Amino acid sequence: MNGTFKKLLSSTGPFLGLAFVYLVFLVAAPAAFHSLYNTKTFLTQAVIFGIGALGMTVVMISGGIDLSVGSMVALGTVVSALVLKTGGDGPLAAGLVWAAVLAAVLVCALVGAVNGLLTVALRIVPFIVTLGTMQIVRGLAKGLAQQTTVNPSDSWLNGLMVVEPQSGAWTSVAPGLWVMLLLAVLLSLALKYTVFGRHAYAIGSNESTARLCGIPVGRNRILLYALGGAFTGVASVMQFSNLTLGDPTAASGMELDIIAAVVIGGGSLNGGEGSVTGSLVGAVLMAVLRNGCNLVGIPNYVQNIVIGAIIIAAVGLDRFRQRVS
Amino acid sequence: MTNETVLALTGISKSFGATRALHRVGFSLGRGEVRALIGENGAGKSTLMKILSGAYRMDEGEVRVHGQVCRLQSPSDARSRGIAMIYQELTLAPHLSVEENITLGAEESSWGMVRHQREKIREALELLGHPALPLATKISHLGTGHQQVVEIARALVSGASVIIMDEPTSSLTSADTQALFAAIRRLKAKGISFIYISHFLEEVAQIADSYTVLRDGETAGEGRMRETTIPQLIQMMVGRPLHEMFPKSSRERGEVLLKVEGAEGRPIPKGVSLEIHRGQILGLAGLVGSGRSETLRSLFGLRPTQAGRMAVKGQSRQLSGITPARALDLGLDLLSENRKEEGLAVGMAIGANLTLSSLKRFARLGGWGPLDLQGEEERVGHWIKELGIRCQGPWQETVNLSGGNQQKVALARLMEREGDVLLLDEPTRGVDVGSKVEIYRLIQGLAARGKGVLFVSSYLPELLGVCDSLAVFHRGWLSPVKPIGQWNEQEIMKTATSGH
Repeated sequence: MNGTFKKLLSSTGPFLGLAFVYLVFLVAAPAAFHSLYNTKTFLTQAVIFGIGALGMTVVMISGGIDLSVGSMVALGTVVSALVLKTGGDGPLAAGLVWAAVLAAVLVCALVGAVNGLLTVALRIVPFIVTLGTMQIVRGLAKGLAQQTTVNPSDSWLNGLMVVEPQSGAWTSVAPGLWVMLLLAVLLSLALKYTVFGRHAYAIGSNESTARLCGIPVGRNRILLYALGGAFTGVASVMQFSNLTLGDPTAASGMELDIIAAVVIGGGSLNGGEGSVTGSLVGAVLMAVLRNGCNLVGIPNYVQNIVIGAIIIAAVGLDRFRQRVS
Repeated sequence: MTNETVLALTGISKSFGATRALHRVGFSLGRGEVRALIGENGAGKSTLMKILSGAYRMDEGEVRVHGQVCRLQSPSDARSRGIAMIYQELTLAPHLSVEENITLGAEESSWGMVRHQREKIREALELLGHPALPLATKISHLGTGHQQVVEIARALVSGASVIIMDEPTSSLTSADTQALFAAIRRLKAKGISFIYISHFLEEVAQIADSYTVLRDGETAGEGRMRETTIPQLIQMMVGRPLHEMFPKSSRERGEVLLKVEGAEGRPIPKGVSLEIHRGQILGLAGLVGSGRSETLRSLFGLRPTQAGRMAVKGQSRQLSGITPARALDLGLDLLSENRKEEGLAVGMAIGANLTLSSLKRFARLGGWGPLDLQGEEERVGHWIKELGIRCQGPWQETVNLSGGNQQKVALARLMEREGDVLLLDEPTRGVDVGSKVEIYRLIQGLAARGKGVLFVSSYLPELLGVCDSLAVFHRGWLSPVKPIGQWNEQEIMKTATSGH
């Protein structure tokens, strides 16, 4: 297979997958599926996966993986809720709400940095390190929340994931969607136009070459995991907004959906590959799947089977791409 | 050797889409004959061998094994006909033992239990000159030379009558190479035939009885080895006379660029001191593992060092504190001996590889701002033109380039970075003859422009042809540096094996 065709396949592949799934539901699902409101609904549902997938893209491009993302999201919701809770029961100060956001992002970035540090310092593969921190972080979230949910007062955070803030206005979409798009644009510019972005690809493509070219591989890895964690932190704020409370058991298994989204989007488990648009398309695809299945009335157990099959098909495609190259 | 023909190929053609890889190629192989198959990279050698080993199907042509026409459908099909392929990258299972590897895929069993075939294995190992190789040792504990012995033993135990070897000596020391040749001679006497693919023409001349030269998918020449000369072979390979294998440049030796004192690693190098001037090409010879690459890697911070200092253009540093980033800043640069594993990120574009060590120059705001992708592409385009890198463009993935062109990309990275001291580790390994000459010319040109070059190689003719002084490693120790005129191949080998 020649190079241009291969490139075309890997860059349009995710879009083709999304178009296919969308068309299937267009035919199979009731008319409600293609309403504007429902489109906004599944796009909003894609926000948490999408932002998480941006973080995972950073990590996977550099040849890593982060299984602790679901636990991080839960920890993030708990941390923001706890910060908000210090404001008491009345209306909350604006500064406090921002502090809650910042706290969630920083805590997740810190977890990411620890993941990176452990892989670099102990030379353990990231799969194992993050398998461990997945448990540790989940435990921390439960401990902080004292094994229950944390219910703070209302704040504007709760409005981030409202599907249509101004009812009836077609231009009105969830603020979280704008956040996701903004982050996506920033990240994709950073990956293409900065030394840091190029180095991330180089480390993932061939770590020895990166070292030979004087790139501080260890330091970069830690930074990349921390950046990935920061994205997960933003995703956790969106999750908090969805739930309007801090839940230490939230987002269990979400890392797998996120990894699936990245892989569907052209990311490789071997590193060196992956793109922001691809990962976002992957996240939307996952959201369309869940949304469409619900509308068609496919029972939950069948949904699990369908989503599982899609993940395997996507990774199978990834392997196939590796083989032909 | 008898006249009995073991293998006959006639009129073999194979195309991939519009590309014609082989056009009516053929030769025959007698019992106990060693036929060298030579040609530049991309001449069609690998395609032909893949057809013979059943990995590809030919479009046209005929293969006869022991006189019988056969269609080789798969590698196991080829094996069952007695054709065994030994690839450049060995295909052993590192966690299994010598015995397990030798019998892999051909285990004899009774009622599901593995039946040992120790006698057959011992016989094979004896023929190969390694009767004492312990059968229970894990492959990962053996050196490359022994691993190759195991691979050949596997072919013998499976009853191969034709063994195809692809660049068998590229990662062997000269001692291991000689041992391999002795083994091939013993096997010849037993009636086993070989197809021997190699870039090392001196070795080919030593071991082969006959040769076939491929060029652009066609037979460019064939005959008996003793009726030809190496220059004639080269001419057949490249299709033009090579007047100068080793071009010379006129240059002057300038001030001292690099001074190394007492570089000490665990266990090697051992107290290595050397000095390199502007415009000097200093060759470092020695067996693999004797300290040549290890010294280069220590200087570049890729290997821990216990003691020693180096001074680059007057700036003195402890070797133990060197990292690749610091070495680059001092003006050192290194070309890796492992092009695919380390030298290049082959999944990335040519351009990304070429600028990887000097990327900050293309970033605005002192290295932190956005990259000037257009400026980068111009530089990459400049090097592609300057070095004649054959490719579709700067953004083509490096993996699809030929070995020679890949090596030029790796060299171009050093040239773009503009370091003063270039540490070149096996710069012509796995590169066709034409590209070799171009690389020699590049190295000469760099020295002429005032760089200092440390040139490590296992290929003695190129060390003697390119360098102006040379020193030899023996078990981590470095011999005194002498002008190249005072060395010859025998002298180098003697120093490499005995230390004086």
